[in-house]
Amino acid sequence: MLLLLLGIILLHVAALVLLFVSTIVSVWTSSETSTSDLWINCTSANGGYHCDPASTGEWIQAVQALMILSIIFSCLSLLLFFIQLFTLQKGGRFFLTGTFQILASLFVMSGAIIYTVMSPDWVPEVSAFGYSYILAWVAFPLALISGLIYVILRKRE
Amino acid sequence: MLTFLALASVVLLGIVPEQSQAIVIYTGWERHALIGSDIRLSCSFFSWRWTSEDVTFSWTYRPDGSRDSISIFHYTGGVAYVDNKGPFRDRLEFVGNPGRRDGSILLKNLDFNDNGTFTCDAKNPPDIVGRPSSVRLLVFEKVPIQAGVITGAIIGVVLGLLVLIVVIYYLMRFLVARRVFSLSVSKHGKKKKEGSQQRQIKV
Repeated sequence: MLLLLLGIILLHVAALVLLFVSTIVSVWTSSETSTSDLWINCTSANGGYHCDPASTGEWIQAVQALMILSIIFSCLSLLLFFIQLFTLQKGGRFFLTGTFQILASLFVMSGAIIYTVMSPDWVPEVSAFGYSYILAWVAFPLALISGLIYVILRKRE
Repeated sequence: MLTFLALASVVLLGIVPEQSQAIVIYTGWERHALIGSDIRLSCSFFSWRWTSEDVTFSWTYRPDGSRDSISIFHYTGGVAYVDNKGPFRDRLEFVGNPGRRDGSILLKNLDFNDNGTFTCDAKNPPDIVGRPSSVRLLVFEKVPIQAGVITGAIIGVVLGLLVLIVVIYYLMRFLVARRVFSLSVSKHGKKKKEGSQQRQIKV
């Protein structure tokens, strides 16, 4: 029982950490000399490192907002899990926790999809997707599975 | 103690007049405008002296990438002289109020070649020592959205909806609970009345 609880919390925290790293570290596209998005573009020219703020297009801002919202909802879901753990009656389901976590996963998915579709507008052809982008895609199924587990889980003594 | 105060006041009185002679000029830092539109470049100043009749305003323009400045506007002796042979001929208008320390100019029908730095220099005799202030003009085809506007809007709307849903949910629960409570009170009251009536009849 305790093992199950620990496993669920670990999964949730893993998804949350991935979300944080994906949002904060600005490496959604990377090429040999530069990394860019979501917040700053850094180029390593002439041996030095030079960073500019990322382009202020509408789509980048939408991706930023969706990533931040997914973090907020995932944190709220963790908080709600602990609250519901102590206030739910026996046999009840963690619906609210699961809803918030599933919403968080949907936000990450929308953010990653929008970035995939719209990034050719401002990213040069030679660049490839960076690791923050990949982490966002990994965080999406983790958060989704975690949310579904919450919805299915029943509280036992 | 008293000697210290006297020394301090003498020192302060010695310093303050030096500073009060400087005129401080205010313009914007950067202005964005759409191509073909008009823009008002504002310039005002702060001076410890009353606004003199000999107050002068002058604007100079330095195109982006050039090192030369060209004078485009001068106001002196109550008359405004606008550019009549430079890059802004027929496009410059004086919209300031020198009596209120406002030396703003209006640039009409902007073009990409108008990108550059505009410097305003104001003098209020005898207050003439001061630094001219510059404003940078950027002309865009499409005004870019500031970073973070859409981000903040989306986050605000979603969180606002969340708060709204929570409030509505608790409000419905509260109203339903009150209705149930008032119904149960009236039922309880009826039962009491019936009980007392029965007892009266028995007696």
